[in-house]
Amino acid sequence: MALKAGNLAVGDTHRARVVENLTRTQLVQYAGASGDYNPLHTDEVYTTQKAGYRSVFAHGMLTMGLTGKMLTDYVGDGRLTRFGVRFTNQVWPGDTLDATATVAALRQEGGQHFVDLALSTVNQDGVEVISGSATARIDP
Amino acid sequence: MPTHIFPVEATHIMMFARAIGDTNPVYHDAAAAAAGETGGIIAPPTFPQAVAQFDPDYPLRPKPGQPWFGSGKAASGIEGNPATSGGLHAEQHFEYHRHPRPGDVLSVEIRPGKTWEKDSRRAGKLIFRERIAEYRDQRGELVVTARSVAVTTERPVGAD
Repeated sequence: MALKAGNLAVGDTHRARVVENLTRTQLVQYAGASGDYNPLHTDEVYTTQKAGYRSVFAHGMLTMGLTGKMLTDYVGDGRLTRFGVRFTNQVWPGDTLDATATVAALRQEGGQHFVDLALSTVNQDGVEVISGSATARIDP
Repeated sequence: MPTHIFPVEATHIMMFARAIGDTNPVYHDAAAAAAGETGGIIAPPTFPQAVAQFDPDYPLRPKPGQPWFGSGKAASGIEGNPATSGGLHAEQHFEYHRHPRPGDVLSVEIRPGKTWEKDSRRAGKLIFRERIAEYRDQRGELVVTARSVAVTTERPVGAD
């Protein structure tokens, strides 16, 4: 269901839990689907003993994909025109993530309505792991 | 300037959507998707990143007969200082002209963008490298533009 400009106001938010207790297996599943088999995401032995991290950690693009699920559930299928993020902190196995979109602006361009959204995804400790923005086509 | 041919397939979209935990039927159910606004299956917004599958030289995929820097008998398959991954992902931006669909054959042209440096208390000297990828369809029309920024750090980040 697409959003309607008439029902939205700057400051409106949509929030969703996008993963609970992230598993190492989901990192491997994402590696297989995306093609990025970096041992930092798939190989605990290499990552702890050679690379100096406390554990494998999530691909940034998995966290962006999880955030994207909240976003497309909110704006509707095929409505995004722009989606950009900065990866601000790492995501570890066991993390639970909540993603939020906040209406930053409503505008019209060539007769078409758009919503600009500010994005933030945080872990169970309230630490932001993604900060970003997106734009979607909406109905009048 | 490498160009990769990225055939978009329904099964790949289904597997990608599963990996990001997205059960939306528009990514796996052709009949449900056909009845909806998109008129058929589309790819999730971060799917263009899976072009890595179609880069024959992609460095983060093990290849038969070649040493791999992940663990086997030893903690790394490469002795001494193993090659690193080439950096962490700092930023990713997509612009969608339309959303890819099964049957699209995308030509993906990748070119380097800007490079810059920054000092960080947490990770030492940081080197940022930008990369632009343009995804065009079989008619030569731009489908997606992607801009990524990778960062190479002096020390591991979040190693606490």
